[in-house]
Amino acid sequence: MLKNSLIVMLLVFTAGFALQGRAGDDPLLPVIPAAQARFSATQGCVEPTEDMRKNHMKYILHKRDETMHSGIRTSKYSLKECINCHVSDAPDAPRVSSTQHFCNSCHSYAAVDIDCFQCHADRPVKTGHGLSLSPGGARHAMNGASPGQAQPENRPILAVEGNAHE
Amino acid sequence: MKQPDYREIEGGLPFYALVGFIGVFVLAALGAAFYMEHNGHWVTGMSNQIVWGTPHVFAVFLIVAASGALNVASISSVFGKIPYKPLARLSGLLAIALLVGGLAVLVLDLGHPDRLIVAMTYYNFKSIFAWNIMLYTGFMAVVAIYLWMMMERRMNDYTKAAGMAAFIWRLVLTTGTGSIFGFIVARQAYDAAIMAPMFIIMSFSFGLAIFILVLMGLYNWSQRPLGDVILFRLKNLLGVFVAAVLYFVIAYHLTNLYGTENHGVERFLLVDGGVYTNVFWFVQIGLGSLLPLALLYGPAGKSRLWIGIACLLIIIGGLAQMYVIIIGGQAYPMELFPGKDVSSSFYDGVVASYTPSLPEIMLGIGGVALALAATVIGTRVLRFLPVSLADDQVDPHHPAADAA
Amino acid sequence: MSEESGIDIYRRRFLGGAAGAAAGMAVVPGVFLHRIGHAKPADQGVTDKVRWGMLIDSNKCAEGCDDCVQACNDENGLTGFNRPETDAQWIRKVSLRDRQTGHTQTLPLLCQHCEHPPCVDVCPTGASFKRADGIVLVDKHICIGCRYCMMACPYKARSFIHEDLHDQMPYAPRGKGTVESCTFCVHRVDSDRTPACVETCSAEHHDAMLFGDLNDPTSEISKALQKYTTRQIRGDLQLNTGVRYRGI
Repeated sequence: MLKNSLIVMLLVFTAGFALQGRAGDDPLLPVIPAAQARFSATQGCVEPTEDMRKNHMKYILHKRDETMHSGIRTSKYSLKECINCHVSDAPDAPRVSSTQHFCNSCHSYAAVDIDCFQCHADRPVKTGHGLSLSPGGARHAMNGASPGQAQPENRPILAVEGNAHE
Repeated sequence: MKQPDYREIEGGLPFYALVGFIGVFVLAALGAAFYMEHNGHWVTGMSNQIVWGTPHVFAVFLIVAASGALNVASISSVFGKIPYKPLARLSGLLAIALLVGGLAVLVLDLGHPDRLIVAMTYYNFKSIFAWNIMLYTGFMAVVAIYLWMMMERRMNDYTKAAGMAAFIWRLVLTTGTGSIFGFIVARQAYDAAIMAPMFIIMSFSFGLAIFILVLMGLYNWSQRPLGDVILFRLKNLLGVFVAAVLYFVIAYHLTNLYGTENHGVERFLLVDGGVYTNVFWFVQIGLGSLLPLALLYGPAGKSRLWIGIACLLIIIGGLAQMYVIIIGGQAYPMELFPGKDVSSSFYDGVVASYTPSLPEIMLGIGGVALALAATVIGTRVLRFLPVSLADDQVDPHHPAADAA
Repeated sequence: MSEESGIDIYRRRFLGGAAGAAAGMAVVPGVFLHRIGHAKPADQGVTDKVRWGMLIDSNKCAEGCDDCVQACNDENGLTGFNRPETDAQWIRKVSLRDRQTGHTQTLPLLCQHCEHPPCVDVCPTGASFKRADGIVLVDKHICIGCRYCMMACPYKARSFIHEDLHDQMPYAPRGKGTVESCTFCVHRVDSDRTPACVETCSAEHHDAMLFGDLNDPTSEISKALQKYTTRQIRGDLQLNTGVRYRGI
């Protein structure tokens, strides 16, 4: 009786080890898309990855109050800048409803609902802050970009152009 | 006077059938709320012009009635009227139930009902709404304690104190509810000090009408005796309240009519506002005030059927009054440029149109159903209802009691 | 160590970006006609040293022109759904006709950014608030969508979002179930520019709208308010609005 149950336990353990895939191959773990650039050579994001994974909500919440009430619009911890870096602006890039969107890839895995993107843009939008001013020009750009007449968006550069793309 | 004997109502199939029937309306309301929240408010009749619609009519009515329903208990505990004492427990239960029903409708209509926690943790104390959130939740706690004092024999000595606290609390609460409108400087139909006391007197009237109807209904349902002595006292008191509401309505309109600047909005409400004028005169004044007064104080006042009908009419009239205040008050355009005809793409200068939509109506009715369900279940679970309200039980000086 | 180099790189990048931004702004032609005098350092909060205001000259406002409205819609991504009763409008053209004299005029009506905003008073959660520099905003993170501010606003300036939204502008987040209104293009103001409506009105040479610092006696708007007769709409409410009008 004891021998039988020992054999069963051994079989179960072995099966467990065998079925436990490597992180990249395991279909159950989230596939988090890579960002468009790095913060620095040694650090991917504005804070170390583990710190961000644990505390990004704290940073975002604090920043949002600073922005809303004090008008501080610096890039670090700005949700807009997170999106600018972490989400591609290609027309076929995944939107937040898909599990391939940077935020949702992990949030859907962790089953933590986020309602940020009810209001916030879920991907970078290149628009001009100065609009086309020619009379009779295209108005009511329905999806944000003023076609063809956009001024380059003056983004404070946090990660990006010129930095090493690893 | 002999202590009344309280007992729960009978359970069994009829009880479950009743709760099930009421529950259907509650479920429908939940479905309607989900539909509104999921699709956004464009599926309702509310708009940027009429921002508060049918759900608010029901919700404010229920909240106002809730504080009025406590009146009966207050009359016994605070004013010491002994014949009302057996009714005090039901009065407290009904007050809590109606408030829960009203609040449920209010919360489910919010743009972000998922942010209720935000509403309970972030407070702007200049806002009467913020105070109301605390007054409403506090009311439930205060009345619960009051009920406990009444129902736990060892605590009976504190009933009067708890009753006084509950009485004052509900006056502050109803003042807060009326002030939601009274504090709005922007609209001519509001912005008046009379709103708060008018809501208080409305609460007396609607609350008592609902109480009488629920009382008659429950006693009929559970086949317990309900004597004329107590019933006629209640109905006579109700008539006084209805007349008082009528007085406040007259005072409100007469005051508004005196100032030329208000002639536009008064003309709109009283003469050419279409549905609002009709609802005001026919339903609120006619069906809801004058006819019930005639029924309650005339020969029909001796008939239970007509008393019940009068109560129902008062309730309908109360809903109509809320409709005219809340929706009529929004429909009339704000006067930004006196002496000028105004037009724009945002409906300036024109009377706003509003049609109640089905989801809104279902949500509102669901609130009523929730209140009724809570009351029925409460009387089943705990001892709220006296076994008998026959005349000799209620009135110690009744001939039958003396002879016994 | 990596944290230090991270901050250094951050600072370098930020200064580089700011320099690039300044250069970019200088290069873009004809857009910035009304430069605001003060540059608020980006990492410092706004203060009440500045109070933003607007002066609208109804006499210069042409019937049928809605450039300011179009500019606002474009700038803030106000998409309509062909449902005028529920679609959001942050600024609208209002046409007036005097009942006695028949005189007609038009003017744009937007959030008046009152000094004593009724919408701020009534908001139960404090989501509707006035910034130190006078701009009245809705913190949509804590807005529960009760619409009490819409009841209370004497100018009907606020709109409720009645449906799901997509493709919002990143600098103008807006979403279902919250209330919103004109922000004086706060994202522009915070980077030393003027609201889109004013900018367009000037660029199109209508010159009916002027934006600036009411607390600065040398600003163009202060000088205009000193020189000309101006009024507030519903001035009897004593809200001390930030938006003043000529010609009404």
